[in-house]
Amino acid sequence: MTYNAPDSTGHFGPYGGQFVPETLIPALDELRAAYAELAGDASFQDELSSMLRDYVGRPTALTYASRLTEAFGGARIYLKREDLCHTGAHKINNTAGQILLARRMGKRRIIAETGAGQHGVATATVCARFGMPCVVYMGAEDMERQELNVLRMRLLGAEVRPATSGSRTLKDATNEAIRDWVTNVRDTFYIIGSVVGPHPYPMMVRDFHAIIGQETSRQLQEQVGRDAPDVLLACVGGGSNAIGLFYPFLDRDDVRCIGVEASGEGLGGRHAATLTLGEPGVLHGALSYLLQNAEGQVELAHSISAGLDYPGVGPEHAFLKDSGRVTYVSATDEEAVRALEQVSELEGIIPALETAHAFARLPDIAAGMSSSELIVVNCSGRGDKDMGTISQYIQERDQ
Amino acid sequence: MNDRLARAIRRSAPDPALGMFLTCGFPSPGETLGLMHAMEEGGADFIELGMPFSDPLAEGGPIQRSSARALAAGMTMQRTLQTAAAFRQTSTLPVVLMGYANPVMRYGLGNFFAACHSSGVDGIILPDVPVEEADPFLEEASRQDVNLIFLVSPLTPEARLRRIDSLSSGFVYAVSVAGVTGAELPDPDDVVRYVAAARHATKANPLLVGFGIRTREDVLRYAAVSDGCIVGSELVREIERAESESRSVKERVRQFVHMLKHGV
Ligand SMILES: Cc1ncc(COP(=O)(O)O)c(C=O)c1O
Repeated sequence: MTYNAPDSTGHFGPYGGQFVPETLIPALDELRAAYAELAGDASFQDELSSMLRDYVGRPTALTYASRLTEAFGGARIYLKREDLCHTGAHKINNTAGQILLARRMGKRRIIAETGAGQHGVATATVCARFGMPCVVYMGAEDMERQELNVLRMRLLGAEVRPATSGSRTLKDATNEAIRDWVTNVRDTFYIIGSVVGPHPYPMMVRDFHAIIGQETSRQLQEQVGRDAPDVLLACVGGGSNAIGLFYPFLDRDDVRCIGVEASGEGLGGRHAATLTLGEPGVLHGALSYLLQNAEGQVELAHSISAGLDYPGVGPEHAFLKDSGRVTYVSATDEEAVRALEQVSELEGIIPALETAHAFARLPDIAAGMSSSELIVVNCSGRGDKDMGTISQYIQERDQ
Repeated sequence: MNDRLARAIRRSAPDPALGMFLTCGFPSPGETLGLMHAMEEGGADFIELGMPFSDPLAEGGPIQRSSARALAAGMTMQRTLQTAAAFRQTSTLPVVLMGYANPVMRYGLGNFFAACHSSGVDGIILPDVPVEEADPFLEEASRQDVNLIFLVSPLTPEARLRRIDSLSSGFVYAVSVAGVTGAELPDPDDVVRYVAAARHATKANPLLVGFGIRTREDVLRYAAVSDGCIVGSELVREIERAESESRSVKERVRQFVHMLKHGV
């Protein structure tokens, strides 16, 4: 089988598409044409490779996690260290690609949405690098939860605009960013932060992150003489770090892919497990799984990790779930914090709370495998940004 | 083919046709039906009834607020359809439902368009369903003889506009500016030029202009180069103003619509 999605209209099976106001269609057409041209343009690819190497710090390491391996007593565990990227998460692979595209397209102003602030920081960073004005929309609620990242974005010269409508979180920041884009579409480039939104974004953002899986394959070959592991494991918010790791391996039937969503307080309570419990629906320009009520109104997600706190998910993940190619499971707030503590103690790596959700499912998966098998976990980001949240959580838990 | 809407628009000439938008359930679910009658009395040629949605990404502040208030007051798709049906009991004025793809898809496209038909709804506007995604909607709309109204914007190229015109029925909705509802119209002359060109290229349908139209003067200016105007956000603001002054909302709505339509 050769995996080949999306189709020419931007659909992954029934999912994806372009559910946007008419005003944005010409802009999406322009973006699609520019991306199609530059994806095959050697000078663009060279420019992107240099930026990833000299500025972002790629390739990121592939680290053998010997003490985690020992602790779980099963598969050999490797960590793909996206936490070592400049700004501390995988997000900058995508913002680097999109800003170069925006420059080639002659756009003069950049906008973005952000939840935890990681994508906002990664966007503000590349805008500073190229001297482009940058406006980041962030839910007013998230601005309080992630104060440190707000400060980082401001130091980087970005204007952070609070989204005060609706639930005042990522969903509403995305609505505001789309409204800005509709209004300023002639000169503004919208850098979307995950594999969500209308076509061509889910495809384009995936392609910019596919370097995660490509490097993994090469590094495994060098380190253990195999070009693929048995299992790939990643957390799923919108799904960008997960698809970046999975995508180069989707044709390989011998590689199992597992995505971990946030089940918050538990699947019976408030959660963000869109693929696990949502149903197909349209939000932010694409058809995908969605947390919604019987009336088709979007429901609020909940997760301790602001980067997973989103009621939607990328359309390609909806397609991969239905086809059975990828398995999606979930982890609670409590399990994620425990996993974060464990990985910190055993490996000297403090992962982001988002990433910790992938680690939370690692023991059961690894323990069921043999010591000749390999598992790669996408260590999508580092936990520095989460210290406030974690300290509060641990205090309440342990008192 | 249901042509009540197109006929109402043509009948109004030489006066500009006027479509009035109101979110169903705003300012409260009990008031909407009465306000629809007030809009008819004021001189509206058709009514655009908003189906509230949690994430209305083509709307500016006023319609976002009206949508949020309607949902908080317990508005549902069923009640919106019932409101349209109740209005149809006593009026022949065309009614168009405007809203977002997700609540409609959740209701089920077949069920939704059948319910529109039986409730006397004449047309549907879904700003997040461009022609690219419209096939299943077009199929059900045509099966139930309900108009599906598409939008064009100042950025829509002419060849695309012609395709949109050929798929649209009832009318073509020309968005005045690249922006959201209730937007400021920075340069009226630009809008006039674009609307005139769009009107010229639209052969199969009347062309109506909406987004950011507030006053009688606006209506006259844009109707002169089109087949009429649609006003929404400013009606929400009028209702909010009437509420804050503790005045009769219904009377205020009637007067506002009358002013837009007749200038007095
Ligand atoms: C470190 C990290 N991992 C994962 C995510 C979730 O996004 P995605 O599912 O698109 O990778 C985020 C989002 O903020 C993040 O910061």
